[in-house]
Amino acid sequence: LQRSIESLSYYNCILRVFLYNVPPPAKYGGQHTVTLIPGDGIGPELLNHVREVFRFSCVPVDFEVVNVNSSRADEDDINNAITAIRRNGVALKGNIETNHTMPPSFKSRNNLMRTSLDLYANMMHCQSLPGVQTRHKNIDIIIIRENTEGEYSSLEHESVSGVVESLKIITRLNSLRIADYAFRLAREKGRRRVTAVHKANIMKLGDGLFLQCCREVASGYPDITFDSMIVDNTTMQLVCKPQQFDVMVMPNLYGNVVSNVCAGLVGGPGLVPGANYGRDYAMFETATRNTGKSIANKNIANPTAMLLASCLLLDHLKLHEYATTIRNAILTTMNETRLHTPDIGGQGTTSEVVQSIMNIIQKTGPRTVAYY
Amino acid sequence: MAVASLRRSVLSLNRTLRGSWCQAPDLRPVCVSACQRTPERSSVHARNTFKVTMVPGDGVGPELMRAVREVFKAADVPVEFEEIHISEVHNMASEEKLDQLFTSVRNNGVAIKGKINNPMAYKGDLASYEMKLRRKLDLFANVVHVTSLPGYSTRHNSLDLVIIREQTEGEYSSLEHESVKGVIESLKIITREKSHRIAKFAFDYATKKGRSKVTAVHKANIMKLGDGLFLQSCAEVAKLYPKIKFENIIIDNCCMQLVRNPYQFDVLVMPNLYGNIIDNLAAGLVGGAGVVPGESYSDEYAVFETGARHPFAQAVGRNIANPTAMLLSAANMLRHLNLDYHSNMVSEAVKRVIKQGKVRTKDLGGYCTTEDFTFSMGK
Repeated sequence: LQRSIESLSYYNCILRVFLYNVPPPAKYGGQHTVTLIPGDGIGPELLNHVREVFRFSCVPVDFEVVNVNSSRADEDDINNAITAIRRNGVALKGNIETNHTMPPSFKSRNNLMRTSLDLYANMMHCQSLPGVQTRHKNIDIIIIRENTEGEYSSLEHESVSGVVESLKIITRLNSLRIADYAFRLAREKGRRRVTAVHKANIMKLGDGLFLQCCREVASGYPDITFDSMIVDNTTMQLVCKPQQFDVMVMPNLYGNVVSNVCAGLVGGPGLVPGANYGRDYAMFETATRNTGKSIANKNIANPTAMLLASCLLLDHLKLHEYATTIRNAILTTMNETRLHTPDIGGQGTTSEVVQSIMNIIQKTGPRTVAYY
Repeated sequence: MAVASLRRSVLSLNRTLRGSWCQAPDLRPVCVSACQRTPERSSVHARNTFKVTMVPGDGVGPELMRAVREVFKAADVPVEFEEIHISEVHNMASEEKLDQLFTSVRNNGVAIKGKINNPMAYKGDLASYEMKLRRKLDLFANVVHVTSLPGYSTRHNSLDLVIIREQTEGEYSSLEHESVKGVIESLKIITREKSHRIAKFAFDYATKKGRSKVTAVHKANIMKLGDGLFLQSCAEVAKLYPKIKFENIIIDNCCMQLVRNPYQFDVLVMPNLYGNIIDNLAAGLVGGAGVVPGESYSDEYAVFETGARHPFAQAVGRNIANPTAMLLSAANMLRHLNLDYHSNMVSEAVKRVIKQGKVRTKDLGGYCTTEDFTFSMGK
């Protein structure tokens, strides 16, 4: 019996590799390989800082840099990046700018990556950081946003001149999948309540289906309270009393809006990391996905979001020691008000913040290598 | 009955050879930002000193290791060696020593070793200590980077070639039996999973080092199913790397091409036995077994050694062995440990000494001893 079980799992692995074309993880000699996509705006400089910190702390991660040129109309670059992520399984990326004036056949590069790799869940954890002054305190919300369908299906057409139809797609399968992800995450993290955000009073069939799927999944998790809230009420409650929310799950567009509101509540786009998870791949970036073109190369961007995203990456690769070291260093640096970057009201520069983080890692961490 | 025992041994081999990633495929666990800590390598070292396992091995191994220690002392490298003496031929064969070695490498993650010689006569165990080490630690990939040394001219100059060899299966499965008296059957095992793994390693290595071509070496015209599977797996993995050219060549043609025109090759990937042969052949092209470093990788561990793995027992005590291979391998180890500065220092020193041509050991045509070489490197 044991032999048959073993052979079954062995053949299951083979099946997994060939049916779903997922290669073995790229880890050799203890070193992981991660795809790095610099993107535009502040992406390249922040990702350089991430690389610096990793090298300094002897993190066993090698980055494979894949550049995607956002101004080119052909899809070679982005296909190359997607193949690289399929090979390595994990990616860390900056935001790639999408030009609004291009024709509709030119799909958003970021969206293309999320749909091709089926990264169906976007998770963002908003927590009030102790050193940052905000109007609201003690916020701790996890936002789970469906990442592949909804309003972002890129299906639009002009059937009659002057009349444009945009299709919002909600499917039962994807809604069940995202609801299941949300409840599993809530259970794993010990959360008590999941709130579904919707607009089913207006989009009765679309968001109605989403809500129904969430209710079905909720019935399988009796220890977690499930409730729902309409998106307009949600945004108002978020700015009045954000402490009432625990875990929130929602379709794509509402997720975009709500996650930006929450990021603003805890201190701004420079502080919150985001993660995109699929069944086989994972991609880490900042939560609000800003390109930051206006502050690019001025040494004033806040590296916290990207560095915390890299800590999420390390947790995903099961390198928890390194993740906690870097995270603690970041939080300790956050407590120093004179090291705050302009977006959170200080006057420090990006390099000062990164240097302080590296100094703290050197004092507290297991081992560092520095060359001057 | 022989077939049943054979099948049993194949299944047990399969179980032990199976890679670490092959578990039941369920959904990736839901990832959270601060999960429970899983126990990693338990030792946290004194800040800024790296701990490395050292296995001197047989033959000239101990002398070469002494050379490495002296050079590290001169360069002030923050590496601490944990020595484990193990040998199969000198009546020191013991299972406890082997287990001690495994735990040591598991804790430290990195090892540097000389060759542990295998006794020629059959002493009851078909697998040698080195094979056991490779299987237990799953060191599936062996990389030998063959480069011409500047300043030492051979028949082929400025050669730059990487040989990647699958190290855990193939002809080295140590499955042999005598079913009928006077008739021996040796099994060569090729599995799809391992061929995929080594092919992916080869392509990932090529991507990381910016190489443009990977050539698979095989004998699929004769071993249609075995090497055919290897070739098919390589071709499948090649699809994920559109920027890297994939070719294949039969082993006999490959050997001939290597001695006529080795510049046509970039990265070579192959099963176990062919790898052994091509490693030594390529080492001979640039100057012999004393100048080529090699490393073995698993998912978690890296073991650094010479490329050609000869114990060179005739030279023990005579102080004529060439420490270049071991020193270059030590430099690679330092690079793996993220000590780039020290790594460059050691490799530059080696290359400078060879380029100057004044101090050369016997195999490179000079008359100096190992100690002279190390001493001049220290300067």
